[in-house]
Amino acid sequence: MKFIKKVTKLTLFLPLVCLVLVLLLNLIKDPGFFKIAVNNGVLYGRLIDILNRGSEIAILAIGQTLVVAASAGTDISVGSVMSISACFCCMLLAGFGVSSTETLRMPMIVGIIAGILLGGICGVFNGTLVAKLKIQPMIATLILFTAARAIGLLFCNNQITYIRYNPYKYLGNFIPGCPIPTSIFVTVFVIAVVAVLLKKTALGLYIQSVGINNRAARLLGINSDRICFLCYVICGLCAGIAGIVSSSRIYSADSNNIGLYYELDAILAVALGGNSLGGGKFNLYGSIVGAYTIQAINTTLLAMGVSTDQAPVVKAIIVVAIVTVQSPVFRSWISRPNRQKPVEKEAVRV
Amino acid sequence: MEDQILLTMRNITKTFPGVKALDKAGITLRKGEIHALMGENGAGKSTLIKVLTGVHPFDSGEIRIDGIEGPVVNHSPLDAQKKGIATVYQEVNLCPNLSVAENLFIGREPKTGLGFIDWRTMNKKAAKIMEDLDIDVDVALPLSNYSLAIQQMIAIARAVDMDCKILILDEPTSSLDDNEVSKLFKLMLHLKEEGVGIIFITHFLEQVYMVCDRITVLRNGQFIGEYSVSEMPRIKLVAAMLGKDFDDLASIKPEFGTTACEEIVVEAQGLSHKGTIKPFDFMIRKGEVVGVTGLLGSGRSEMVRCIYGADRAQTGTLKFKGKLLKAKAPIDSIKAGMGFLPDDRKAEGLIGDLSVRENIILAIQARQGINKTLSLAKQNELADQYIEMLNIKTASRETPVSQLSGGNQQKVILARWLCTHPDFLILDEPTRGIDIGTKTQFQKLMLKFAAEGMSVVFISSELEEMLRTCSRMCVMRDGEKVGEIEGEMTQESVMSAIAGGESK
Repeated sequence: MKFIKKVTKLTLFLPLVCLVLVLLLNLIKDPGFFKIAVNNGVLYGRLIDILNRGSEIAILAIGQTLVVAASAGTDISVGSVMSISACFCCMLLAGFGVSSTETLRMPMIVGIIAGILLGGICGVFNGTLVAKLKIQPMIATLILFTAARAIGLLFCNNQITYIRYNPYKYLGNFIPGCPIPTSIFVTVFVIAVVAVLLKKTALGLYIQSVGINNRAARLLGINSDRICFLCYVICGLCAGIAGIVSSSRIYSADSNNIGLYYELDAILAVALGGNSLGGGKFNLYGSIVGAYTIQAINTTLLAMGVSTDQAPVVKAIIVVAIVTVQSPVFRSWISRPNRQKPVEKEAVRV
Repeated sequence: MEDQILLTMRNITKTFPGVKALDKAGITLRKGEIHALMGENGAGKSTLIKVLTGVHPFDSGEIRIDGIEGPVVNHSPLDAQKKGIATVYQEVNLCPNLSVAENLFIGREPKTGLGFIDWRTMNKKAAKIMEDLDIDVDVALPLSNYSLAIQQMIAIARAVDMDCKILILDEPTSSLDDNEVSKLFKLMLHLKEEGVGIIFITHFLEQVYMVCDRITVLRNGQFIGEYSVSEMPRIKLVAAMLGKDFDDLASIKPEFGTTACEEIVVEAQGLSHKGTIKPFDFMIRKGEVVGVTGLLGSGRSEMVRCIYGADRAQTGTLKFKGKLLKAKAPIDSIKAGMGFLPDDRKAEGLIGDLSVRENIILAIQARQGINKTLSLAKQNELADQYIEMLNIKTASRETPVSQLSGGNQQKVILARWLCTHPDFLILDEPTRGIDIGTKTQFQKLMLKFAAEGMSVVFISSELEEMLRTCSRMCVMRDGEKVGEIEGEMTQESVMSAIAGGESK
């Protein structure tokens, strides 16, 4: 009993339960859902698919979590930033105006790093508007939300730029000889870097302090603006990485479609992970679980043969159910008989 | 009818969860008088007004208004307005993008036969009102063209035109300059002649003596007394507000000798922050406890904020331990060796959702820099050490600090600064809202730190506390440091210094 109480109190408990429930849903319909097979030397199966396809959302969710925690606002430009990063990378590799190439203009790694850095620069722009100029996060990031995709289109001279160079496909697909999709490694790498950053420096503590009480954080010696700024830069870098992965999957820069509506999934992942969109305390791993939950829903719908036109409806219903289960009102309603109401906080004198 | 009573509030009691905000408070307002409602923060002035205007319901007591049979209970501000009670707040509640005339008639515009707004009549009427009140404005221009003072007068004019008999002005002068204040006073005197009863809430003593006829003092939610301004010397008023009848109080001898040595820790010259504090000089020696006293809004907090760098000083220089210190942000002051416990615990001190441990180690972590994390073991050690030393009552060091009681929260913030071992610690109202036992503990601690060589600046609304601990006091009035008192300090000498002017 004590063990159960302890487990249910963990912040990760509910997000994980939701993920498992979504996965179990599939068992009823298709017992073969969890089957993992090896075909042509690579792993196949729904689970692998979820892990693979969920990479972009998971990477975006990491950056988004930090932004939400520090600024109590969301970065809605991440989808567009994915697109601009991909286009910039492809433009550098193929050359401006080239619609399809088999040889690269410069080493692949240079193009990729440049694309990711451009994402970081977008983060600098967002961060400056929010942290220095105190513009509301949603308005500030709305600028790049609309503009970045269009600039990406300019980079690609209004067409889709194909990079028909095999190694460019590795990031979004498989490295020959390795049975695991490469994007999973990328995601693990990003998670590890951010986790180490949070563990080895006081960044996590600072972000939470700034998010909970900006003024108090400043008075006790934290540079609130700089922390907030930094979160937007990290978020931009994450969007850049996600953009490159996305582009590698289709070995091209399709400005109109890369990262389309991904900002919504990223925000949803943060919420599904049990994080408050009001900022403050955050749980990075919750967001990542949230991201894979979203992908699990997507894959499930696909597996069940729901048409892509109708999928959003079903997805919406599932999301509503998950959010309801996690809401504090619902939770206190569930546990009302055996728990007393928390003691009223000290009233403030008026 | 010289003394016709417009409004009587008697024995009003109002309890918020856990706090008795009003305990038999009351006020009596007569026709054609300006009546000051005074008291320190938390005395219940605002609550009393909110009860009168129907914002809050009250528990018991009686409100009577001239011309209405029986006791009156207002259920909403609109209800109160219908009974002739109008309130004008510090922030003007009008629409800056509408014209003056529109603002005056919003919601009750004169209509033409077809049901459209009759602009001509409206502007004409508005111009007449402004002329009657001697306010020089073009009623067709947007409100935002005019200064805050004029906007406030227009808000008052609107209230008056709606047949208000009782006008409540809640700190209308706090954001006005001297010139604007005198314009506002002219309008108030004009209304007074027309028989309007005005309740005037302000923190500025000078202004009370300039326009008011009578004063009602509240303290801790209780009615303390009603006085005629001409018969109430300032010092007595301050005594009534602070709750000290100085005639009865024997002077308190300091219980300790001064341990201060000659080494100067902080020396400020001509520091100022525009709009909050005029240029001031300040000096403190090693091991000294210096008080900053004055009424609320006199600039006590603003002065220490300026020294700490919470509000960046715009003029003047600050020397810390002989070296010039230019603090761009609080972190610079912390690195030099300062600590600052702000007066608004919730808004500026606590990081509510974080644990007691995290709240304690935050400042020392910030001073060390983001790259040098304190190990969890070290954090636990520090937290446990200060929880024990300050006797912080908490379930564990991982309890969110927002679940602690006020006094214990304050101790957590104190612990936060103590673990940085500051040379200079500023305590702004550390004892507000906490119980007597903890208060005494705070005072003892302060003296202990001073004996160990820390310099402490202490601000408190309770004079007694400061007399007991401080060897010297800076006196603040209306955003300015007006002097210092040293040596033999008594309640009386400090109070007369706070009140200022010639003792009437």
